Amino acid sequence: MALPKAVYVHIPFCEQICHYCDFNKVYLKGQPIEEYVKACEKEMKEAVSQFPYDHIETVYIGGGTPSSLSSQQLEPLLDSINQVFSLQKPREYTFEINPGNISDEKLSLLKSAGVNRLSIGAQAFQEDLLKKIGRAHDEKDIYRTIESARRMGFENISIDLMFGLPGQSVANFIESIEKSLELEIPHFSAYSLKVEEKTVFHQLQRKGKLPLPPEDDEVAMYDVLINMLTEQNYHHYEISNFSKNGYESLHNLTYWNNEEYYGIGAGAHGYVSGQRYANVGPIKKYINNVHSQGRPLLESHVVSTAEKMEEEMFLGLRKLEGVSISQFQNRFNKDPFEIFGNNIKRLKSEGLLKVEDDRISLTKNGLFVANEVFEKFLL
Amino acid sequence: MNKEERLKRRSKIRNFSIIAHIDHGKSTLADRILEQTSALTQREMKDQMLDAMDLERERGITIKLNAVQLTYKAKDGEEYIFHLIDTPGHVDFTYEVSRSLAACEGALLIVDAAQGIEAQTLANVYLALDNDLEILPVVNKIDLPSAEPERVKQEVEDIIGLDTSDAVLASAKNGIGIEEILEQVVEKVPAPSGDPEGPLKALIFDSLYDPYRGVIVYIRIIEGTIKPGEKIRMMATGKEFEVIEAGVFTPKPVKRDELTVGDVGFLTASIKNVGDSRVGDTITSVNNPASEALAGYRKMNPMVFCGLYPVDTNDYNDLRDALEKLELNDASLQYEPETSQALGFGFRCGFLGLLHMEIIQERIEREFNIDLITTAPSVIYRVTLTNGEEERIDNPSKMPDAQQIEFVEEPYVKASVMVPNDYVGAVMEICQKKRGNYLDMKYLDANRVTITYEIPLSEIVYDFFDQLKSSTKGYASFDYELIGYKQSKLVKMDILLNAEKVDALSVIVHRDFAYDRGKVIVDKLKELIPRQQFEVPVQASIGQKIIARSTIKAIRKNVLAKCYGGDISRKRKLLEKQKEGKKRMKSVGNVEVPQEAFMAVLRMDESK
Repeated sequence: MALPKAVYVHIPFCEQICHYCDFNKVYLKGQPIEEYVKACEKEMKEAVSQFPYDHIETVYIGGGTPSSLSSQQLEPLLDSINQVFSLQKPREYTFEINPGNISDEKLSLLKSAGVNRLSIGAQAFQEDLLKKIGRAHDEKDIYRTIESARRMGFENISIDLMFGLPGQSVANFIESIEKSLELEIPHFSAYSLKVEEKTVFHQLQRKGKLPLPPEDDEVAMYDVLINMLTEQNYHHYEISNFSKNGYESLHNLTYWNNEEYYGIGAGAHGYVSGQRYANVGPIKKYINNVHSQGRPLLESHVVSTAEKMEEEMFLGLRKLEGVSISQFQNRFNKDPFEIFGNNIKRLKSEGLLKVEDDRISLTKNGLFVANEVFEKFLL
Repeated sequence: MNKEERLKRRSKIRNFSIIAHIDHGKSTLADRILEQTSALTQREMKDQMLDAMDLERERGITIKLNAVQLTYKAKDGEEYIFHLIDTPGHVDFTYEVSRSLAACEGALLIVDAAQGIEAQTLANVYLALDNDLEILPVVNKIDLPSAEPERVKQEVEDIIGLDTSDAVLASAKNGIGIEEILEQVVEKVPAPSGDPEGPLKALIFDSLYDPYRGVIVYIRIIEGTIKPGEKIRMMATGKEFEVIEAGVFTPKPVKRDELTVGDVGFLTASIKNVGDSRVGDTITSVNNPASEALAGYRKMNPMVFCGLYPVDTNDYNDLRDALEKLELNDASLQYEPETSQALGFGFRCGFLGLLHMEIIQERIEREFNIDLITTAPSVIYRVTLTNGEEERIDNPSKMPDAQQIEFVEEPYVKASVMVPNDYVGAVMEICQKKRGNYLDMKYLDANRVTITYEIPLSEIVYDFFDQLKSSTKGYASFDYELIGYKQSKLVKMDILLNAEKVDALSVIVHRDFAYDRGKVIVDKLKELIPRQQFEVPVQASIGQKIIARSTIKAIRKNVLAKCYGGDISRKRKLLEKQKEGKKRMKSVGNVEVPQEAFMAVLRMDESK
């Protein structure tokens, strides 16, 4: 297997916790951020010494809210990433920011560290909706942030949108898409809300107080999203992702192409040397374990060939171009039809999957029920 | 022991059981009694000792009876021998309860100080009254903030007619009132009567299969004495055995040289089959036999039948093994292989009633780890064909074509519903709706009424008990006995999923009720069967005629949008969970049908 070319770094701190979020994150105040950044550096060094890289092409700093760190806290983090992974103009270096909490100073620091892509968690453009989902920003913050990002020389900008939110109507969502389009940015991600356990939304749902839109509305939202963005020449390249040509997220394609990556930080997940691993989540435990054990693993698992084949399919099919049959053959010395033939046939006949030339991919109908399709690729 | 010693011992014996509704604290009270009578040391004490099986503990019901011998030093300075006999608590096991009560002279009636009397309790109190037991009311959980002991006492007086002036106010949880209960047992529960030197009469009130010792028979000695080495005869089955061990439970089994009048304990006699030691049968001695058996023996026959199928067809042999093992312990379980087009290979099984069926199903799933599909329960129909032949049908899908049928007969039961008189109207309404024929009504006292109806057994099996409970606030209790077959206008109703007939969903219904029931079933199936990738019509038909229809809409959206920061294992887990969920479904035609759907034809609220 090829050496990892991607690095994910997790910053689990937030100034405000969103009602839907179940990622590993904590409220920022009083957290040992400097110690955390040091621990990340140590973990990177340890990971790299155990599993070397040849050349890193993409870095993604996500969270949590990476932009909630101060410049003083960010600087050593960015320095150590540069140093440990010998970054030389990586093809893509993404940093996640929340609208509203990013200063020019921080942006210029990011710029000089080599960050060349910003992912902005806009989610929606309606104040009441933003409030209802627990976001700290408002509509103006979105414009302000994009404006300063551009002024500081970032043109590869992505924004996240959400649909299927409580109280959100199809018209609301169309408005968000229209406002996003006016920004003329090259990349969009649009996620439908999934109510996860241990979130405010889950609590509300249990009490019957979460007025989610009906399934038909959600379907309409996804449908209208695809239509509006493709009409404006955005390439729908992954279930939830759209971009102008050449602006596909290279880092996220690492996951969908079933390739390896380092995962650094509390609760981060990685895939190196044929092993998928997860780090411990709690901040203090992470810091302690890094110092006592080097790598703060919660679990790691050697991925079997069968699992690799499954993942090749259910990750690859997230891309609209789907899975390459020849690449599958190269990787596994087997034909995907030999392994999954019956299910491919069945899904084809149900109109959810298509096979064209070297590609197996979802049909438009398949996109809406992708999980039903993916499930059929578990052996 | 000589006769005098045996008689002295007899005068010190007190046999009693505990009658309580689920959750009203029976097990906790039993634990406290075991503690206070030093039956076992703290270390041996497993919480809620009497409920041995996990399943019982979880469902809060006791399936297997147990009997414990305890010694109690009373305030009068004398030492007494207590036998505490545990009883199951559901109408399916009414007969077992009545036999274990027949092994007692007294019963503690436990009523929750906050909730008052419940139907189950009432049914068992009536059984205890039938057996002429001394009933000692105990108001439990008096420590609860919502406790209303005076109101509950009044309720006991009003509904059952018992004198509650001496009722003990107790909290089993906090150990309040336990000693007073034990003293009342000494004072009020009569000592056994019976001649220790007379011909042996021992009542079988339970039995248990043990792979090393054969059947362990739970007995109460009514007359005579039993010793190891003695030849015994089961009076109903005529089978003879030689006693190998006799003893009591403390609660550990402890061997004894003899069991005599009043004793409650066990014996083993190399009995290979629980069917040879039937509950209610009388054991006598071969050399000095009793002239007649104890009253009240009834051979229990299965009344309710259903198909049991493994979800995974590879589990068929394991399912057969499981049934074989369970049968060793359960004389009333019957099974034979059958096949279904929709479900493949399985077994048609016979049970005493619905709870018995559910328990067996759950034990197979839990103890043998086999996922099951249970079809809706059926009774045995007698079908007379136009050519004069008679067929017995216990599986609706086997019902011959309507043109070949001369007439159909179905089993009827005599159902006796006991209820406070405020609910007479409600009970009669249900019985009428269930095709019942009114027989009579008797006032037992100013408040209690027994209403008797003839009702088709299939209606009882359907949801009679649930309806009865809900429309009488749980106060009604009922018992039923089979009275024979009667001709009825019955038809087979088929269910079609996606235009394909699903044999496992066929039911036999009365023609006049077919439309209503068809509608309820298709609506219920629509609710229970998850959306599929295509629209699925659900239809009920009689012959070729569609009588009800609903549609399961196609699934429209199921997609994991989020990226989860490269957390692939999480995606995998979600997909695996989704797949696992479907594994518990059966693919019928192209439609994934969950297990519950096959029972749907039974569980429903027609009033909706």
